[in-house]
Amino acid sequence: MIDLIQSQLTFTNLILLFIIAAVLLMTLLGFVSYAIYFERKFIGWIQLRIGPNRTGPLGLFQSFADILKLLIKEDVIPTKADKTLFIIAPVIAFAPAFIVLATIPYAENLPFADLNVGLLYYIAISGLTTLGMLMGGWASNNKYALLGGMRSAAQMISYEVPLVISVIGVILMTGSLKLSAIVEGQAGYIWNWNIFPQAVAFIIFLIAAVSELNRTPFDLPEAESELVAGYHVEYSGFRFAFFMLAEYTYVFAFSALTTILFLGGWHAPLPALEFVPGILWFLLKFSFMVFFLYWIRATLPRLRVDQLMGLGWKVLLPIALVNVFITAIVLEIIRN
Amino acid sequence: MLRTEELLLNVGPQHPSTHGVFRIVLKIDGEIIKEATPVIGYLHRGTEKLAENLNYTQIIPYTDRMDYVSAMTNNYALVNSVEKMMQLEIPERAEFLRLIVMELQRIASHLVWFGTYLLDIGAMSPFLYAFRDRETIINLFNELCGARLTYFYMRVGGVKWDAPEGWIEKVKNFLPEMRRNLDEYHELVSGNEIFLARVKGIGKYDAQTAINFGLSGANLRSTGVKWDLRKDQPYSIYDRFEFDVATHPDGDCWSRYVVRMEEIKQSIRILEQAVEQFPAEGEIMGKVPRVIRPAEGEVYAGIESPRGEIGVHIVSKGKAEPYRLKFRRPSFTNLQILEKLLVGENITNMVTILGGIDIVLGEVDG
Repeated sequence: MIDLIQSQLTFTNLILLFIIAAVLLMTLLGFVSYAIYFERKFIGWIQLRIGPNRTGPLGLFQSFADILKLLIKEDVIPTKADKTLFIIAPVIAFAPAFIVLATIPYAENLPFADLNVGLLYYIAISGLTTLGMLMGGWASNNKYALLGGMRSAAQMISYEVPLVISVIGVILMTGSLKLSAIVEGQAGYIWNWNIFPQAVAFIIFLIAAVSELNRTPFDLPEAESELVAGYHVEYSGFRFAFFMLAEYTYVFAFSALTTILFLGGWHAPLPALEFVPGILWFLLKFSFMVFFLYWIRATLPRLRVDQLMGLGWKVLLPIALVNVFITAIVLEIIRN
Repeated sequence: MLRTEELLLNVGPQHPSTHGVFRIVLKIDGEIIKEATPVIGYLHRGTEKLAENLNYTQIIPYTDRMDYVSAMTNNYALVNSVEKMMQLEIPERAEFLRLIVMELQRIASHLVWFGTYLLDIGAMSPFLYAFRDRETIINLFNELCGARLTYFYMRVGGVKWDAPEGWIEKVKNFLPEMRRNLDEYHELVSGNEIFLARVKGIGKYDAQTAINFGLSGANLRSTGVKWDLRKDQPYSIYDRFEFDVATHPDGDCWSRYVVRMEEIKQSIRILEQAVEQFPAEGEIMGKVPRVIRPAEGEVYAGIESPRGEIGVHIVSKGKAEPYRLKFRRPSFTNLQILEKLLVGENITNMVTILGGIDIVLGEVDG
C-alpha cells in the first residue's frame, strides 16, 4: 500500500487507488447500515423493546429499506433557504468524516496512508464537519436550526481543546504522531496499553470525543426536546441521510481512533495470544467502543448548554493540562 | 462590538415537548429568555357550555376527554359533585372500586409524567420502563370497563361495571411488582448526576407564591405546604386508610419529582390496604332515581387529582341538565405560574420547567 502511494502516479495506479477507495467506502457504508441496525437492536433490548425485526430475517435489511426510503423521498429545499449553502452543507459535513479514515491503521499490514502526523491530521480534518453543521443550520433560515448550528460550533470549540490536550499525554509516551508508531508503542502485555498509564487522558478523551460526536449526553445541537431536530431540522431525504452518514462515520472513526490510541490497536492483550490475527483484535476492541456509545445513549439524560461549557472549560481542560504536566515529569524521571 | 438583537422564537403548538398543542412565544437573547407569552386554547372544545345541554350521565364521557391521562379521577370529580348535591348513599363495594381505580390511575398518571419528563430531559429509556407498568394498569382498567384511555366507568350513585372474577387478585399481585419497579426507577434516574444537575434549583418558587397563584397538587406540595384534599377534606372513603402526604421543602423541579415519586409509593400503600378490606360482595349501584334531577341549588366539590385540585361547581335549576357547570381545572391553574418562572432562564430550562408543572392540554383548554 505504502509503495503504491509513494510510486509515480500512472493510469493503472490511479485506477487501483480508486478501487481501494471504493472498497473502503463500501466497507464504511456497510458498517453504517449495520451500526444503525445494531444500535436500534441494542437500545431496543435495553429499553425492553425488540427493535427492528420485520424487514428481512431478524430485521437485517431494515437499514437498506430506510436508505431506499430516504433516496426516493421528495427533495425539499425551503423557499427562504440559502440554496447553495443548503446543498453543499451536508457534503461538507460528510467529506471530512470519510477523509479522516484514510490514516487509520486497522492491522499491521493494512494502513492506507500512514502519515507521520496522522493524529494531527485526524484532529484537524474532523473539526471541519462542524463547519458543515453550522452552514446547514444557517442556510436553513430556521431559528431552531440556527440555534442548533451555533450550539454545535460552541461545543466543537470547547471540546476540541481538552481532546487535543488529553492526546498529548499519549504522544509524549510514544514520541510520535504517527498512528502506527503509537500502536507499536503498546506492544507486549495488556498493561502496556495506553489506557492504563494514561487512564486520566483516556477518560477525558472519551468525554470530549463523545461530545465531538454530538451523541448523548452531549447531543445538544440536535436536542429534540428543545430544538426539535437542531441544525438538520429542515433537511429531508438524502441530504438528511448525509448528516446521518457523517454522524455514523464519526462513530466508526472515533472507535477506531480510541482503539489505536488507548487500547493497543491490533495487539493481543498477552503475547501468547498473538497467533490470533491482529485485525480480529482490532475489530473486537472497536466493536466494544461502538457498543459503549450505544450503551451511554440508552442510559444518560442530556446536559444543559451552560453545564456543557462549564464541564469543558472548568473541569476537563485543567485536568488534561495537569495530566500532560505529570506525564512529562514522570517520563523525564524514568528516562534519566 | 457585534450588533446583537433579540430573537422571537415561536415554540409550538407543534413542538415535541409542549405535551400537546401548547404554544409559547419566546423572546430570546442568545439562549436566555427575556419574555415568554403562553398562548393556550388550541384544544378548546367548550366542555362547560356543552354540558348545559346534556344530562348528568351524558357529561361523564366529556370529563374523560379533559384530563385524558387521568380519566378516572375526572369521572369521580363530576359524579362526586352530583352525589353531594343529591345526597346519595353510595354502596360500600362501589366506593372501594372507585377508590382502587382512582389510586391506580394516580400511579399511571404519575408514571406518564415520569416517563415524559425524562424524555424532555433527554433520557429515552425511563419512558419505556414507565410505560411497561402503566400498561399493566391500563390492562386492568380494560378488563374492568373495556376501555384503555377514556373509561366512562363511574356513574352517579356507583360504578357501571363490577370487578370481574379474579380482578382484585390481579391488583394485589401488581402492587409488589410496582414497588419493585419503583425502586428500579430510583436506581435508574434519581441518583443520576446529570439529571440532578438539570433539575435541582430550576424553576424555584416559594410557598407564598404557590398559594397566591392558586397552585395545587404536587406543584404546591413541592414547596413544603402539606395540603392534600384526600386528607384535608376527605371524600370517598379516604379517611379509612393510612397514608402520608408527600412534601419537599425546596420548591424546585427536583422537589416536584420527589413529591410525585413519593405519591406513587403512598398510592401503593392505600391500594394495599384497600384490596385487603375489599368487600366480598355487595351492590355496585346505589338507589338512584331514573332521571337524575338535583334540586335547585349550587354545589362545589373538589378532589385531589394527580395534577391537583379538580373541582366541579354545579348550578342546578331543578332540571335534568345543569344550568351552569364549571370545572376547576388544575392544569389550567398551575400553568399560570409558567410565565413568571421562565424569564431569565435558558431554552433548555424552559422544557424542564414546563414538564415539571405537569400539564395536560385537554384539561388546560377545557
